[in-house]
Amino acid sequence: MTAADPAPLRQRAAPPDTEQAGISLGRDAWRRLRRDPVAIVGAVLVLLFVAVAFLAPVLAPWGPTDTPGKDLVTPTNVPGPSTEHWLGLDNLGRDELSRVLHGARQSLVVGVVSLLFGAVTGSLVGLVAGSFGGRIDNLIMRLMDIMLAVPGLLFAIGLAALLGHSLTSVMIAVGTVNVPVFARLLRGSMLTQRSADYALAITSLGVRRRTLILRHVLPNSLSPVIVQGTLTLATAIIDAAGLAFLGLSGTDPGVPEWGRMLAETQRYLSSAPHLAIFPGVAIVLAALGFTLLGESLREALDPTYRR
Amino acid sequence: MRRLAQLVPILLGLSLLLFFWVRSLPGGPAAALLGERATPERVAQINRIYGLDRPVWEQYLDFLGRAARLDFGVSRMTERPVTEELVSRFPATAELAVVAILFAVGLGVPLGYLAARRHLTWIDNLSVAGSLIGVAIPVFFLGFLLKYLFAVQLGWLPPDGRQSPRLFVDHPTGFYVLDGLLRGDPASSWDALRHLILPGIALGTIPLAIITRITRAAVLDVLHKDYVRTAEAKGLTRAVVNRRHVLRNALLPVLTVTGLQVGLLLSGAVLTETVFAFPGVGSFLVDAIAARDYAVIQGFILVIAVIVVTVNLLVDLGYGLVDPRVRLR
Repeated sequence: MTAADPAPLRQRAAPPDTEQAGISLGRDAWRRLRRDPVAIVGAVLVLLFVAVAFLAPVLAPWGPTDTPGKDLVTPTNVPGPSTEHWLGLDNLGRDELSRVLHGARQSLVVGVVSLLFGAVTGSLVGLVAGSFGGRIDNLIMRLMDIMLAVPGLLFAIGLAALLGHSLTSVMIAVGTVNVPVFARLLRGSMLTQRSADYALAITSLGVRRRTLILRHVLPNSLSPVIVQGTLTLATAIIDAAGLAFLGLSGTDPGVPEWGRMLAETQRYLSSAPHLAIFPGVAIVLAALGFTLLGESLREALDPTYRR
Repeated sequence: MRRLAQLVPILLGLSLLLFFWVRSLPGGPAAALLGERATPERVAQINRIYGLDRPVWEQYLDFLGRAARLDFGVSRMTERPVTEELVSRFPATAELAVVAILFAVGLGVPLGYLAARRHLTWIDNLSVAGSLIGVAIPVFFLGFLLKYLFAVQLGWLPPDGRQSPRLFVDHPTGFYVLDGLLRGDPASSWDALRHLILPGIALGTIPLAIITRITRAAVLDVLHKDYVRTAEAKGLTRAVVNRRHVLRNALLPVLTVTGLQVGLLLSGAVLTETVFAFPGVGSFLVDAIAARDYAVIQGFILVIAVIVVTVNLLVDLGYGLVDPRVRLR
């Protein structure tokens, strides 16, 4: 390179380009995310949802089982939003706002626990299949095919019916549905990485297979799993609400759950639609937040992907 | 043929899973069948009648044989054979699923195409935003909103059921829209169709979002291919380029994705039918869950899985028909 070559000057003047400046994938992704309006909206919704879940007892004007308006409610009249009860009352005279806010806790717990259960179990299964290959891989993947043959919600319904009506069984059921998804994803991603040139180079250096897989292949295979994890949180929240809607959630009616709140108020559709609208909107906002964030993450981590 | 052979282990595995599912239920199948009436004597009696005291592998083979003959036992709720119950309710769900998929494909493909052709314009942005929101709305909530708006508030469409109560007509096929036409009674077909619109839209919205997105991505991908540029450079009209080059290639992934929606539609039908009190297999399953009618749940899941696996196989085969490259492989 001669002194007259303008390239170094251009490099200094222009914002650092990934390949030239050698930014890591993580930092590059972060840079893209910060500029993406979809990511920002998603992040704000997710943060709001998490904050509400944690601060529900502080934010909510009443407890989830308090009945401040029990004298105002009659079978034919359920008061809607007012200055005292911003989202109105429910059919038992409980403050709807307080119930919706407390419901966020339940949704967050179910979403996160079932995601962790599905992602960790699925990734372990995928890791075993992807590392061993051959017959073990084949056997595991056929098992996953069997699980995928049953539509997710039906699988969860069957499992929840088997495990009994409780929150734990909802979390296990929703989580199990995602096991084959994560297993296939990690396995596929690992197979691609294992046949990459760098893996061949490392192997030819005499590095042990375990080291190759755990230190090189696995970390490089994780980004689709992270993206899927974020998107799965959205479906987990929706699926858990669906199970609650079908009456398969916990047995304590005092605990507010968005899906069940919707189911319980079906009878009041014409007289008190707010009872269905507010928990429904809460589910949509929470699911939308994770969907938007997941989509932006996908785009940020894989520059070849276009929304 | 090889693809067909791959189905066998999946279905066998599934039958094994469902067989052990009923056997792992609290108290076993006899208690599940008897419910609250279970006493040790009655459980022993049921075990003897249904051969539950025999070796497990023998029971499994027996179950498999009956399942192959579509015999899933008797429903505890209605005391009628499960298969009979499913068959009588299946047309309702099938009609609903057809309306939903027509809505999703009929709107999703043109919308996705338009979004790709008008890339980065307001139409494109709107379709992307719509498809992101579409997958975030639970089908039961959307059903609720549609019912409230168009049935309760505006009164344009019926809020629930399959036909208006004043219409008492017999249904030879069970497909109400078809039955009306067969009888030469278009008014009752129209009535049945009106009942399908709201639940069909509710059920079809998630597939709509997915199909719009896939069509958009596929068309965008094809539009930048060299052969499209060549076709345009040859002076072909846009309509010919679209028909022969863009759509033919772009619709392949759309076909696959549409096939994959069948599972989603059938499980979504469970929730949609509940919201709209629609008497199909989905709402029957919900009743079965509440009544712990495990024979129904078992039969239902097995039938749905067979449908899903078969449709996926058909899509794979259809792929070979429309794309010569796949056939050659």
